[in-house]
Parts: sequence; structure tokens; C-alpha cells
Amino acid sequence: MMTFEIDGRQVSGQEGETLLPVALRHGIAIPALCYHAALSPYGACRVCVVEVIDKRGRHRIVTSCTYPVSEGIKVVTDSERVQHTRRIAMELLLARCPESPEIRELAAKWGVAESRFASHRPEEKCILCALCVRVCEELVGASAISLVGRGVERRVSTPFESPSADCIGCGACAFVCPTGAITIEDVEQWRVLPALAETKLEMMPCKACGRPFATLRQLQNVARQVPSGSEMLRLCPECRRRQEGLKVTGAALKRNHVLRPGG
Amino acid sequence: MNSASQVESRIKKLCSPADLEVLRESLRDRVDQRRRRVLVCGGTGCVASGTEGVQAALRVALQEAGLADEVELKVTGCHGFCERGPLVLVQPDDIFYQSVKPEDAFHIVTQMVLGGQAVEGLLYRDPVSGRSITRQAEVPFYSHQMRLALRHNGRIDPMDILDYIAVGGYAALAKALSTMTPDRLIDEIEKSGLRGRGGGGFPTGWKWRSCREAHGYPKYVICNGDEGDPGAFMDRSIMEGNPHAVLEGMIIGAYAIGSNDGYIYVRNEYPLAVKHLNLALWQAQELGLMGPDILGSGFDFTVSLSRGGGAFVCGESTALMASLEGRVGEPRAKHIHTVESGLWEKPSNLNNVETWVNVPLIIERGADWFASIGTEKSKGTKVFSLVGKVRNTGLVEVPMGMTLRQIVDEIGGGVPEGHTLKAVQTGGPSGGCIPASLLDLPVDFDSLTEAGSMMGSGGMIVMDDTTCMVDVARYFLNFLKEESCGKCVPCREGISRLLDILDGITQGRGTEADLELLEDLSQAVMDGSLCALGGTAPNPVLSTVRYFRDEYVAHVRDKRCPAGVCRALITFSIDPEKCTGCTLCARSCPAQAISGERKQPHQIAVAQCIKCGICREVCRFDAVMVD
Repeated sequence: MMTFEIDGRQVSGQEGETLLPVALRHGIAIPALCYHAALSPYGACRVCVVEVIDKRGRHRIVTSCTYPVSEGIKVVTDSERVQHTRRIAMELLLARCPESPEIRELAAKWGVAESRFASHRPEEKCILCALCVRVCEELVGASAISLVGRGVERRVSTPFESPSADCIGCGACAFVCPTGAITIEDVEQWRVLPALAETKLEMMPCKACGRPFATLRQLQNVARQVPSGSEMLRLCPECRRRQEGLKVTGAALKRNHVLRPGG
Repeated sequence: MNSASQVESRIKKLCSPADLEVLRESLRDRVDQRRRRVLVCGGTGCVASGTEGVQAALRVALQEAGLADEVELKVTGCHGFCERGPLVLVQPDDIFYQSVKPEDAFHIVTQMVLGGQAVEGLLYRDPVSGRSITRQAEVPFYSHQMRLALRHNGRIDPMDILDYIAVGGYAALAKALSTMTPDRLIDEIEKSGLRGRGGGGFPTGWKWRSCREAHGYPKYVICNGDEGDPGAFMDRSIMEGNPHAVLEGMIIGAYAIGSNDGYIYVRNEYPLAVKHLNLALWQAQELGLMGPDILGSGFDFTVSLSRGGGAFVCGESTALMASLEGRVGEPRAKHIHTVESGLWEKPSNLNNVETWVNVPLIIERGADWFASIGTEKSKGTKVFSLVGKVRNTGLVEVPMGMTLRQIVDEIGGGVPEGHTLKAVQTGGPSGGCIPASLLDLPVDFDSLTEAGSMMGSGGMIVMDDTTCMVDVARYFLNFLKEESCGKCVPCREGISRLLDILDGITQGRGTEADLELLEDLSQAVMDGSLCALGGTAPNPVLSTVRYFRDEYVAHVRDKRCPAGVCRALITFSIDPEKCTGCTLCARSCPAQAISGERKQPHQIAVAQCIKCGICREVCRFDAVMVD
């Protein structure tokens, strides 16, 4: 356990942990866009900056999502320097995605109503936090998308900008996207990801009700990880629930039936 | 003559330091100061100005004079004085010939046969005294330098390991392996005060010790040869002209740190460096100076060469290591240092090319000797590529602490006649501009940082009164915008917005509020960026706003570019008093905007003028004015 100070409060965190989760656990608010507890820290959005004063008295601006906790340090989450850095980061994000309600809301919450910088593509929604890329690589294991291009040309895409051969259509990228830049649409038996080079995957029908509910590759992926449940995977979530329910109630009825004559 | 096969046929593996000394003894002829030799620069600058033709012509001329066997013709690495290439040095007298053409070969060889006066027309002529100078060491460009890292550049054949051994190469390695423990070695480097030459200026000995003490195996030793600054060619010249010195430094470092695996990361745009390094690696391996049981010491070390794709950001340590691993070259947060967790999450020690070549020198001549050169906190020498508005451009090496004025005036020969020096830009694209008023600043790590610039890896661009400082800031920010990897918001979005503002100012759309916004944004980009690229990117803006605020104000308030550079803010006109009506400008104008009768003053039609400045360049009477 490491004990240190955030905004004058004594807090403690595990060795190897970074500042942000510790602060959040102690109810200290720090904004963050590219951080997700289930993914490795990335340090790209820079809105989670804090000021760290180490044991030698040196002041540094660091991102709390990547900075490891350490005994005896002092962390300040709202110094003037922190506020300035964070404010400009928000202004820059706002200039990038002026129409994104999520970014507007977050910026407003932290006192930034307007950006002083010009917008180049007002319709832009993606803030390049790479949550989608990381979830696809680290949790799904598909690595179907990545960041391509350098600098202002950087964007999330599939290899060669063509429909992905590795995408399993699980939708984790759309789920984790903080600004709705990646969306997932189920159209009849097709699952479509318009932002990812129009990647399109066919969905499997439910064995019970016949409704298309998940892509084949998605089901195979789950089956690999949960081998015993493969039979249940042929059912859509609703039918699965129903069947499970029937099993439970059926068993109970049976039990009651057996019990009655004997009782 | 294939030097590689020569090595193979004549030399057997060296199994001890004594073997190395025996070999060196057998090569004494190569360092015989009385022997006649012709050293032709084969550096990239001289290749561009036609050295290959000169080499061929000299070979023929020597043959015809019957001197082919007696006089050695050696193609070496960069001699440094690129402005005057192709360069030829004739020994034993060290006669320095410049701007040599193939047809001059006959004269050079004739002089060698007959002796007597050097070929007058090829000698360097001092622009001030008009006197011609014969010996290289007396040419001001060289006489004020202290060439240590470049000590063998231009003297040895970089493709022949025996040449390097003949001048004392690998002696420091033999000394280190046979007489020093790793700890003693690190002590020595620490005591020497050597600091990283790649830009950061981190104490090398300290870095080595941290890596040695870090837990984990294997440990890696890496050479950063990803020199990405536009116009810089320090590391390139070293890798091309003296690759074995880089290897020797790395082997010594690896022994000190406890590493058996090394990498050289070199940009693929340096084909000659790649070729010479590959050859050097192979030759060192053949001689037993690399590989298992080096010189019988029991220490094993091998180096692999990795070619980079030319991204500026890959010069950053964590991005370089990501690229070495085969991943996209992007930096990561360095809260855990690379000496503890670097390449493949193992302890890794990265040093720049120039840092590595200083290592054998320190081991050979001692830390005290090295520490006696330079200033209190910056020891040794630094190589700079001196370019821009200066008479003598080229590669120069000076002791730390020499003033900018000495470098620009004494070595560089000052700005061209009729112009005044305005600023010196140091530190590469993310360095800063130091104004003429601070020209007596000593060049060392700390003084440059204090002045708002930095040492960087050694770019030095001289600017005169024809340079617009807002335009300079805009130029560098444009480079950095292109080279930002785009991972973090302040660098990707911030540099782009800084550039927007600078574009606006140079195009006449700027306001005084823009200056404040520039400073405000710069501070956040510096504080908030993930790596040093963004962390230093605002330097060109901040240093020019700090020292040349009046120029910014002239742009935003008066809509005027004092240097006459920003097209939107200038107009061209012809001074009727000076114009002789020669018609040269009218004939050169690509927009047909100039009219006038022969022998009568000409006029420029403002509406048609595209402000390209060609008329001003071609006018022989200085009649074209810019307002």
C-alpha cells in the first residue's frame, strides 16, 4: 500500500496502480476521456492532468491515468497550471468536435463554454481517444481496427480502409466510444459499422424464434472463451432467458410434484 | 580493391588485446606521416557536388603519372566544409583543395610529382585578407574547431576496419575489457561529465548506472541514429565517415551495463550510413571485435541494424523502441524510465551517435582530460551543422562554451556581405531563435535552455535581415505539425492551432489578441504534451515572440512585414532613380507584371504582381524595393 496526498487528503493505493482510479475511488473528481478501468492507460486526451509534487519538491504536470502512485507524493488536481492545461485541452477538443454534445457537456462542466480556436471539420465526432482500438485489441482480441495516419491526419480505421476481415461485429468499439463516433446498426440479418469502412457482417438466426441476433464470428469468439455454454449460444438473449426460466420453473414444479405425494 | 575481402584474406581473429596491438603494429605504414596520400571527401555533401567524378579523374591522373602504387588514393567520410566541396586533401603537407573539378586532377597530381607551390586556383582564399591558405589546419573554418567526435572523419577509409585500427581504433575497448571493471568504467564516464548529445543532455554515466542496476535480463544497448532535424547531418556524417567509433563506444557501454544485445536505429534515408554500418558490423565480427568472447575477455556482444522509416518522432526514446519492436512509432508516458523498462519491457540504454563516439575517447584519454574541455556543467565538444545565411556552411565541432559569435563569425565567416545578422536558431525544429544581441552567449546545454532555445542534437541556422521571424516560427511549426504522431491532444491539435494563428498573422489577418493567445496556447502545449516533441514544439513561437515582438506587432498592427517576406503584407515597386531600364526584370517576371521602355525606368503593375521576388533577385542595380 502506498500512502500519499491528493488535494490535502491522505489517500492510499496499491503498488502499480495509477493516480486516477485512486482519486475516483476517494470521490475526487478528475475529468477523463481516454481512460477506462478495464483497459490499459493511454494518456492521450490530457484532460486528466494533475500536478505532482515529488519528495524532492519538484512540480510536474502529469496525466493521472498514467502516473503510478508513489509513497509520499503530493497531488493537486486544481492548481492554476492544471486548470490552464486542462482548459486548453478542452478548448482544443471543442474546436475539433464543436457539435459533439458529450464534449460540449464535459467542457461546460469544467467551465469551458466556447473554444477560441478554429474548427476545421465541424462535423467531426471522433476525439481519437483510442478506446475502441484498445478494447478491440485488449479485451476482444480481434485487433480489427487501429489508428492510421500521423498528426492531424490520424484516424481510426480498418486495414487499407476496406471492410475488416477480422471484425467479429461484437460492437464493443461502439459501446465504449464516448462521443458516438462509432455506431453499430442491425439491418435485417446484417450488422453494419458505418464508421469502420462500412464493415458488414451477417447475423445468425435464433434457433428458437428465428430472429437474427449475433454474428457468427462473435458467437465463435464467445464459444472459445466459454466452451460449456455453446448450445445456449444458438439462442438469442430473450429466448435464452426464457429457456433458462423454464428450466428453473420446470425443475421447481417437478420438485414440488415429487415432494407432494411423499409429504 | 575490395577492402572487405582484404580483411578476410590477411587477418585472423583477434583473441586478445595483444593480438590487436600486433595487428596495429603491422599497419604502421598507414599512419606514416611522410607518405603521400590523396584524401578525397566521399561525404554526402561532396557526392552532391560531384566528388565521384573527381575521384575517378584523380585515379586516372595518378595512373598516368605512374604513381598509382606509390600514392594512396583514399575516399573518406565528410571533411565538414561542405560549402566548398568537393574537397581534396593532399598529404604529407595537408594541402587543402576546395571546389575541385575533375579537370583539376591533372594539376593536383603534377604538383605532387614536381613538388613546389600548391595549385593556387584550388586553394581557400580568405575573404577578408584575400590571401590564399595552403594547409587545412590554417583555414579559419578548421583552425577554430576542436575536432574530437569527428577526429578521424575525413582521415580514414570508413569501409576499412584496418584504417580505424591503424589510427588507434579499438584500443579503448581493449583497455576497458582487460583493465577496467564495469563499475570503474561507469565511474569514469560519470567523472568525465559526458551528457547525452541527442538533445536532452542527460548525464550519460548516470543513465548507464541506472540501467546496470535495473532488474531484468536481457538488457539492451541502443544507438539512436534517427537524426530527423531538417538540415542536420552530424550523426549522419559520423555514421558514414567513422562507423567503427560508434561500434566501439557501444561495445564499451554494453560491457559496462551488462548487455549482450545491441541495436542501431538508423534512418533509411541515410543509405551510405546504412551501408558503412553494415560493413563495419561484419568486419568487426570477422575480427572478433564483436560476437562471442570479444578479445578473449569472455564478454559477448552483438549488434543488429534496424532501419527507420523517417518519422521525426522516432527519435524520441519510447517511440524509437516501439518502432524497433515492430510497432507504430508512438511515444508512451515515461513515468517508468526506459533504463528500467524499455525495449520489450527490458532495461534499455539509449544513447545518441555522437554520445557513443565520445566514449572511446574518454576511456582512452581519461575522464580528467575530457572534463577539462568545456564549461562547468557541459563537458567536451559539440558538433553542429552550421547552415543558413552564413558564408561557410558545414559541419563544425567546437568545445562547449564557445560563444555563438565565435562560431558564426570565426568559423562560419559571418553573414554574407551587405547583410546583418538577426538571429541564430539552435536545437532543431523545436529549438528557439537567439537574437543577435545575445550572440556572446556561451554554447552549452544550460545557457541555451535559459535563453529559450536548446542544444538539441546540434542544428544551427543563421538568419539575417532578410528573414522574417514570424515566418520562421510558422515554418518550424508546419514541420512539427507534419511530424506530430497525433497521439495526444495538446500536440496534435495544439500545434495545428498555433500554426493557424501564425498563418493568419503572416497573411495579414492577425490581431494583437493573437499574440496573447499564442503564448497561452504554447504554455499548455508545453505542459500538457505526452512527449518532448510537443513539450518543446512551442519554442520557435515563444522565443520569437520574446525576442522579436516588434516584428509580430508590425504584422498585426501595421500589417507590415519588416523583412519583406510575408507576401500578403508587401508590395514591390521600382525605384526610378536606380532603374537603368535594362529590361532584365521585365523579361524574368513570370506574371508579365513589369513594363517599361528600354533604357527607361520600369514599373510594376501591383494588380498583376504575384510577389515572387524574382525581379528583386535579378536586378543588378538594387532598384526593386519592397515595402
